[in-house]
Amino acid sequence: MTREIAVVAFAQTDHRRSMTELSEVEMLMPVLHQVLDRTGLKTADIDFTCSGSSDYLAGRAFSFTLALDGVGAWPPISESHVEMDGAWALYEAWVKLRTGDADTALVYSYGKSTPGPLRDVLTRQLDPYYVAPLWPDSVSLAALQAQALIDAGETDEPALAAVGARSRGADSEGQGDYVVRPLRRGDCPPVGDGAAAVILAAGERARELCARPAWIRGIDHRIEAHALGVRDLTDSPSARLAAEKAGVFERPVDTAELHAPFSSQEVVLRKALGLDDSVRVNPSGGALAANPVMAAGLVRLGEAAARIHRGESDRALAHATSGPCLQQNLVAVLEGDPR
Amino acid sequence: MPEVLTAPLVVEFPFTRSLGPVQSAFLTGLRERVVLGVRTADGRTLVPPVEYDPVTAEEIRDLVHVGSTGTVTTWAWNPAPRRGQPLDTPFAWVLVRLDGADTALLHALDAPGPDAVHSGMRVRVRWAAERSGAITDIACFEPYAADDGDDSQVTVHAGEFEDPVTGIVAAARLDYTYSPGRAQTAFITALTDRKLVGERCPSCRKVYVPPRGACPTCGLATSEQVEVGPRGTVTTFCIVNIKAKNLDIEVPYVYAHIALDGADLALHGRIGGIPYDQVRMGLRVEAVWADDSRYPDHYRPTDEPDADYDTYKELL
Ligand SMILES: [Zn+2]
Repeated sequence: MTREIAVVAFAQTDHRRSMTELSEVEMLMPVLHQVLDRTGLKTADIDFTCSGSSDYLAGRAFSFTLALDGVGAWPPISESHVEMDGAWALYEAWVKLRTGDADTALVYSYGKSTPGPLRDVLTRQLDPYYVAPLWPDSVSLAALQAQALIDAGETDEPALAAVGARSRGADSEGQGDYVVRPLRRGDCPPVGDGAAAVILAAGERARELCARPAWIRGIDHRIEAHALGVRDLTDSPSARLAAEKAGVFERPVDTAELHAPFSSQEVVLRKALGLDDSVRVNPSGGALAANPVMAAGLVRLGEAAARIHRGESDRALAHATSGPCLQQNLVAVLEGDPR
Repeated sequence: MPEVLTAPLVVEFPFTRSLGPVQSAFLTGLRERVVLGVRTADGRTLVPPVEYDPVTAEEIRDLVHVGSTGTVTTWAWNPAPRRGQPLDTPFAWVLVRLDGADTALLHALDAPGPDAVHSGMRVRVRWAAERSGAITDIACFEPYAADDGDDSQVTVHAGEFEDPVTGIVAAARLDYTYSPGRAQTAFITALTDRKLVGERCPSCRKVYVPPRGACPTCGLATSEQVEVGPRGTVTTFCIVNIKAKNLDIEVPYVYAHIALDGADLALHGRIGGIPYDQVRMGLRVEAVWADDSRYPDHYRPTDEPDADYDTYKELL
C-alpha cells in the first residue's frame, strides 16, 4: 500500500542570537503549541512524535528527554529521537506513516548553540582517529571546500559575497573580514538558538487538516566517504543521488530551499542539483540568515512546505545537510494539489 | 522576574579507542617517522589509510610506504588558531596528497602568511619531537623547495613494528556557559531564601518541584509559583553501600524520594539523623540546611507519625 504523506503545518521560533533566559523546553514549547494550533490538533491526537537535537550543543546530557516534557509525553506516547538535524526525524516519521502505523506525526527539533563554542563542538563529530585530534573547526573545513571551488574556477569571492548578501537581503559591502580565508564573515552562518516543528499527515487526514497540503512526492538521504581527502569537495554526488531517488529530475521545481550554512556550499548544491536561474533559491534566506543547528534542515522542509500551503509554490525541493562540507544530504520533493 | 543565572560548565571526556590493524600500523608508523597508505582493489592508495574501501566497503589490508613529501590540494588560512589546533600561531589548514598517494590528508601548514600558500605547492612533514603513535606525531607540514629532491618512491610495507600502538586516548574538553532557564532560575533564586518553590500546571493543577518549565502530562508551560515543604514524606528509598568519589559521607546511608508537602512530584535527597536501617516508606522528614549551603544538605525525621500509604501512593 502506498500512502501519500504531506506536511500540513510548520512553525519556528524567531531565531535569535541567544535565548539564555530560556531552557531548551521553554524555547521549544511555544513552537509546539503554534504548530498544533495551525491544525487544531491536540497532543493526544498525534500518533507519532519524532525529534532531532544534539546534547553536545548546550552541553546538557539527555536534553531531549527534558524537551519531551513540552509535548506532554506522560502517559507514555509513541516517540523517537535522532541525534541529528530534525530533517532526519521527519524522514523517520515519514517512514512510520508510510507503514500505516500512524496517520499523524509531530516532528520537532531545536538547538541552543550559544552556550558552547560551536566551531569546536562540531569537531567532535569528525573521525576520532585522524581528524578530531587536530580540532579543525567547522569554518576551517568549509573554507577548504571554498578554496577548492575557487581553484576549480567554479566561483570567486565576489560571487560568494553575492550569495551571502542575497540570503540576508543586504548588500555585499558588509562582507566583513576573513574568518578563515577565503571565507569572510558574510559567507558564514550566524550562531544562534532556535526551534522548529512540523506536522505530517497521511491521505485524507492531510486534506482535513490543511487547505493545501504539501505532499512529499519523494524523500531520500545519502552520505559520502568519511575522509575529506577522499572526496571531490567541489561536487556533491550524495546530494545528486538523493535528489534523483526523490524524483527531483522528473520535472522542474519552481523553488528550492537549500541547507547551505556557507555561501560556497550553495555553489556546490546548485551544481549537484541542476538548479538554474528559473528556480527561486532560498526565498526564506536560508541558513545564512538563521542557522539554529539541528533545526536549520527541518526549517528548509518547513519553509518549502509553507510556500506550497500559501500557494506560492507548486513543486519545491527541500534539502538538509549534516556533517562537514556537505557530507550527508537529504532531499525531498514537495508538491501542492493543482490549482 | 529574577536575573538570568549562568555558570561556567566544563565538559571533559577522554575516549579510549582501540585501533584496527590498518589504523594501528599507520599510527605506529608515524611514531617511527614512516607514512603508510593502504591499497584498494582497483589500485588506488589511500592516505590516511582506512580499514574498509570507502567505495566498495571491501576489507583492505595491503599497506604501502608512501612519501613524507606531497602537494597541497586545497588550503584555508586560519588567522586565529583555536585551542587544540596543531599550531598556536596563524597557519594554513591544508589537504596534502603525499607523493605516492591518491587521496589527501588533513593537517596544518606552517607558513609565514596566506601569500606564501597556494594549491599545488610542495610541502613536507615536520615530525613532532616526541611521538606516541597519533596523528599529532606529524607536528605540521612545512613548505619545501622542489630542488631539495622528492621522496616519492612507494614501497610495499608489512606494517609490522616493534611495540605497535593498539589504541589511542582522545581527550576532549568543551567549555560552556550553562544557564538553567526561567523555571529553574526561579527555583534556585528561591533557595537563597531557604524556600523550596515549585510551579503549578495551569491545566491539571499539579505542582512540580524542582520545576522544569513544562508539565509533562499536559505539555504546557508551568508558571504559578508555589512554595512547598519544608516537610515531606519518604515515598521510596535505597541504601547506598558504596562510597562515592569526592563525597564525604559515611556509608551506608539512605537516599530517598521525598514528596514535599504541597508537591505532586517527589524530589530526591539524602536521609540523615536516623540509623539507615530504620528509614521506611511513609517516614515524615524535613529539610536540613548547612550553614553555607544554597540547597538542603539532607532531610531528617520529624516527630510526626508516619504518613498513611494512601496519601502518597500516587507519587511513587
Ligand atoms: Zn498539567
